Amino acid sequence: MASIPRFRKLCIVEPAKCSSSLGSESFEKPKGDEKQSLESPISAQKVKRDKRQLPKKEWRCIDTCCWIIGYMCTTWWLLLFLFNCLPANLPGLTRLPDPPGARLKREGLTALHPVVLVPGIVTGGLELWEGKPCSEGLFRKRIWGGSFTEIFKRPLCWLEHLSLDNETGLDPPGIRVRAVPGLVAADYFAPGYFVWAILIENLAKIGYDGKNMYMAAYDWRLSFQNTEMRDQALSRLKSKIELMHLTNGQKKVVVVPHSMGVIYFLHFLKWVEATPPMGGGGGPDWCNKHIKAIMNIGPALLGVPKAVGNLFSAESKDVAFIRAMAPGLLDSKTLGLQTLEHAMRVFRTWDSVISLLPKGGETIWGNLDSSPEEGHECDSLKKRQLQASLSNNKGNNSDTKRVFQVKELTKYGRIISFGMAASELPSSQFSTLASKGISSSTGNKSCGNVWTEYDEMSQESISRVAEKKAFTAETLIDLLRLVAPKMMQRAEAHFSHGIAENLDDPKYDHFKYWSNPLETKLPNAPDMEIYCLYGTGIPTERSYVYKLSPSVRCNNIPFQIDSTADGSSNGCLKGGVYFADGDESVPVLSAGYMCAKGWRGRTRFNPFAIATYIREFEHKPPTSLLEGRGIESGAHVDIMGNVAMIEDVLRVAAGASGEELGGDKIYSDIMRMSERIDIKL
Amino acid sequence: MIRRRKGGSEPEKNRNLNRSPVSESGENKEKKEANFEKANAKEDSENFNLKSKRKSREKSWNCLDNCCWFVGCICSIWWLLLFSFNAMPASFPQYVTEAITGPLPDPPGVKLAKEGLKAKHPVVFVPGIVTGGLELWEGHHCAEGLFRKRLWGGTFGDIYKRPLCWVEHMSLDNETGLDPPGIRIRPVSGLVAADYFAPGYFVWAVLIANLARIGYEEKNMYMAAYDWRISFQNTEVRDQTLSTIKSNIELMVATSGGKKVVVIPHSMGVLYFLHFMKWVEVPAPMGGGGGADWCAKHIKAVVNIGGPFLGVPKAVSGLLSAEAKDIAVARAMAPGFLDKDVFGLQTLQHVMRMTRTWDSTMSMIPKGGDTIWGDLDWSPEEGYECSPKKLKNNNNETGDQNGIGNLGNASQVHFGRIISFGKGVADLHSSKIERVDFRGAIKGNNLANISCHDVWNEYHDMGVGGIKAVADFKVYTAGSVLDLLQFVAPKMMNRGGAHFSYGIADDLDDKKYGHYKYWSNPLETKLPSAPDMEILSMYGVGIPTERAYVYKFSTTSECYIPFQIDTSAEAGYEGSCLKGGVFSVDGDETVPILSAGFMCAKGWRGKTRFNPSGIRTYIREYNHAPPANLLEGRGTQSGAHVDIMGNFALIEDIIRVAAGATGEDLGGDRAYSDIFKWSDRINIKL
Repeated sequence: MASIPRFRKLCIVEPAKCSSSLGSESFEKPKGDEKQSLESPISAQKVKRDKRQLPKKEWRCIDTCCWIIGYMCTTWWLLLFLFNCLPANLPGLTRLPDPPGARLKREGLTALHPVVLVPGIVTGGLELWEGKPCSEGLFRKRIWGGSFTEIFKRPLCWLEHLSLDNETGLDPPGIRVRAVPGLVAADYFAPGYFVWAILIENLAKIGYDGKNMYMAAYDWRLSFQNTEMRDQALSRLKSKIELMHLTNGQKKVVVVPHSMGVIYFLHFLKWVEATPPMGGGGGPDWCNKHIKAIMNIGPALLGVPKAVGNLFSAESKDVAFIRAMAPGLLDSKTLGLQTLEHAMRVFRTWDSVISLLPKGGETIWGNLDSSPEEGHECDSLKKRQLQASLSNNKGNNSDTKRVFQVKELTKYGRIISFGMAASELPSSQFSTLASKGISSSTGNKSCGNVWTEYDEMSQESISRVAEKKAFTAETLIDLLRLVAPKMMQRAEAHFSHGIAENLDDPKYDHFKYWSNPLETKLPNAPDMEIYCLYGTGIPTERSYVYKLSPSVRCNNIPFQIDSTADGSSNGCLKGGVYFADGDESVPVLSAGYMCAKGWRGRTRFNPFAIATYIREFEHKPPTSLLEGRGIESGAHVDIMGNVAMIEDVLRVAAGASGEELGGDKIYSDIMRMSERIDIKL
Repeated sequence: MIRRRKGGSEPEKNRNLNRSPVSESGENKEKKEANFEKANAKEDSENFNLKSKRKSREKSWNCLDNCCWFVGCICSIWWLLLFSFNAMPASFPQYVTEAITGPLPDPPGVKLAKEGLKAKHPVVFVPGIVTGGLELWEGHHCAEGLFRKRLWGGTFGDIYKRPLCWVEHMSLDNETGLDPPGIRIRPVSGLVAADYFAPGYFVWAVLIANLARIGYEEKNMYMAAYDWRISFQNTEVRDQTLSTIKSNIELMVATSGGKKVVVIPHSMGVLYFLHFMKWVEVPAPMGGGGGADWCAKHIKAVVNIGGPFLGVPKAVSGLLSAEAKDIAVARAMAPGFLDKDVFGLQTLQHVMRMTRTWDSTMSMIPKGGDTIWGDLDWSPEEGYECSPKKLKNNNNETGDQNGIGNLGNASQVHFGRIISFGKGVADLHSSKIERVDFRGAIKGNNLANISCHDVWNEYHDMGVGGIKAVADFKVYTAGSVLDLLQFVAPKMMNRGGAHFSYGIADDLDDKKYGHYKYWSNPLETKLPSAPDMEILSMYGVGIPTERAYVYKFSTTSECYIPFQIDTSAEAGYEGSCLKGGVFSVDGDETVPILSAGFMCAKGWRGKTRFNPSGIRTYIREYNHAPPANLLEGRGTQSGAHVDIMGNFALIEDIIRVAAGATGEDLGGDRAYSDIFKWSDRINIKL
């Protein structure tokens, strides 16, 4: 269908041109005919015929256009008609394997535990409840999710409505954008792009429906505590879980959070225990009474480095790639767009993004010279060759074994480094690097209408940032405090990124610690189970090589990913981004560490010894086009269509325990990486 | 060059003028081409090449190309228009409207927001029958690809694509009134369940939009969507819908700082909520275990819109012969069309079979029997003048004269006879009607042998004898209609009898009234003990509403529904209540005012046995005025059953209540109809 609108545009322009060029000519002719027809006795008939023939005579450009359009339309309609006439199960000729839901139903699985789905960042729909005049007609229409047509129609209006207030992190005055409720909130992100839809469909196959399945949609732009403050989202979730527990015969719920939903639900676990007004007043045994298992999908438990790139310069791999392909496109002011600047301004009003900053500092993410992922082999080609020679003893050759090489170690700990050299040198040599010259032409120019906090930074401090060369997960927070003081001030009232020394310190009762697994204890729920389900085998952004933007213009974001930095260390560096193993968004370290070590057994973060399981899903690209986004994908969102993952969820929902699933299933080095992390447990 | 070429082709064009272009055969074409070439013979070779190119195109310029050209033209123009429409600023239509009609009145939400009203009490919507969306969760093979798609509501596209499959999925089990095996249809949840019934056809959307103007949003508005096909208690048994509503109301009260909710049921939702209020008080397992003061603690007001408290006569005709006024009209316009077997459709039979599996339709059978709806010779609406339009449009004096003048005529209308066989019977005095009791009649099985395709309805089991007996009884009042339905559809009524009751309680303290089947009948339940609560009844008046029917045998063969509305029955004088076999009274097109207003006007007014705690009741009527112009759509002053949801006055009332006003603040009762007069005529122990 997408081809039609594009085609339409062409058609509208072309006939117009043709007709204008032909206009004078075609008007002349009838005149001559008229004269003749006046002379002749059978004029009336003639004129009639003449008219009929006219279109034939002017068989020119415009007719050709019309003809082509008509031809294509007719063909299209014919095909569409035929397609609709097809019996719904004809495509079944090329039958895909049975969906896991149908298979498990035959095995006799039925709906047992109610299921709560907690969507992550970005995937949930947002709709407009009150807006400025420019948004007229959009009442209760999705402005996030769906077809996103409004971006093209009124981009500035759209951005204005999606932004939050820079001071409070809540609604700007006169604008109310709210989360879409219900399963429709995140079943499809855009038409045809599933998020939860496949999981929902498979759950329905074994008997789930609206009464025992609930989508805990929340406004993912807000900080977690603010979703309760403004929308009472946490209270609703609590009430809904209690209701489902009650109406489904006292069966505990299985919670399935995805991506940022994982830390949102972590926050909920603490919130529900805490006493009102800050908490939900459920008491210390609420979780044990109501929750059977938490199945974290692609959990961003310890944050994602991608968030840094987003906050720092509103770019990540994809944007850097575009910049490399068409330099200047994004930065040029030709279209008056200043896309990135606008995007950054909007991002920075979203508190939730800050919840995704790497947590645990250097202890987890590595310091200047070492990192837990050290020695990760990135070059997939090399890997495959080596694997072929090494994996003879393995039955399933898709079970990839990481290969370790001692030679050049990628310094993943330096999440941001300025210049490729800085990203590779040992830290002791930093001082010897001469600082590059920076043009200091900017003064106090008037800076358009896009305001970013970079405007308030002097050129000097920008260059001083660059001189510091490398930033680890810990110094990074300081860096962000420097470049975006307002945002960090706002957000640090809601989130914390450290590691607790003493978890019994009363300060940890504050809600800002609740979403950080390293600063909270898991609830007293020894019967509960926690799963970490995530994809592996996809290069995932881990650290960045930055440079100063060449065009030092006001308004411009002064830093950008150095997309020319390429190659060298084991192929982990591509286009200014160092990659590690993960699911394309979340590195395995963040997804797996808590389940692998932080919470494994009885630790200080898990004082009641809740059982944890790691279930990894090796990424395999779709084998045929019919599979769409793949049934064995490990990518961050596409994993929601992974049949093995769905089967796990279904089995747990139908009553299985982690042991019955087969315990841990690990393909990556997560255990080894976790071991390297030195943390008091 | 172009000029020369044009000159060259001129004579050829003239010649062609005399020839009919349509009948241009291949031979002619060749001749023409020969001429053409002769005329251009002297031209140089380059030019000739151009010519021949053009020629070859002209050759292929046939019918198909014409079509393509035409289609292309239309498409281009359409796209151009569409594009300019999309490029148009969103406020443009409003601008045009204002230019034509002068400034529009502010929507009530905007107006009241300016007055300073703010969202205060959480709001609960309870949609009625039919208007809520239903979606598929599990289906048979034929419904593949429809998972979580709306089967009811939305575009209804699948009725056309796979009608039988659709009917199969929408039907319930004939024995249990629950899901048939292998099929799960569930209500859509959230505000989207009933904001629009079909694209562009609003139900709750206008009200929601106006509430949003004063600050309401998803967290303090809740659509209590339920599966409107199944009986009220079954929504709890199967989906735990009542528990969900209870939990949500409690949550909303808790999260909005202890503000009680304002409940807004519409149509059948009124009965559903009546059921809920009893359910919530009763201890588990039959009830919700909320305790006797739950309503007092959680509900500020129940604002009933177009509530069929005492049922609707339409439900009887719907159940008896799957038709209502609309279908009778269609039948009168194109006789035989609906009954034809041409498409193998047997539409009505399928529809009847489907609707008879829906228990909820039985909740709307007229309640209170002859006491409320009138007997053979008497009815509360007696003397109603059926052309109220004229009456109201003229000044009062002439109106009164008309009313008096026609009184003699009108008094002959026996509204109490909900179903009469033959027009003559409908008009006769009761003493002259010869009735043969049908109840003992033996149901013959003469029809059983005829194969009636695949549509089965209970009429096949009745046989000719049974059908004849039904017609011989001649006249049915609200009381005997129940026996009639029991006779023609025993299975359905057995199912329904377990869930609904239609009588009047003699002694409300009788133990048996603890059973849930009485909960949705206001004449057999007490209102909860909630003296601070208010009950408002808002409904439209001024539209003729079906009240009684004239039936006849269907003329076609035995496989069909044996009865149908006698569309030829016309009263023959202007201002008559009888039109096309249907007697009409005042109402909102679906619910007669008697049903919508009686409880609030008399049954619950003050401290009565139905309302022991003296909950205050108010009547708010809205006079129907058709939309002034096309731009208004379905009208901002409509009184029709569903369109009233867009009535500005009604919306304003609701918003005021939601923002904290009491019934007194609104101005108390506002009645345009004779509801109080009629209520007085009903003789019932209070």
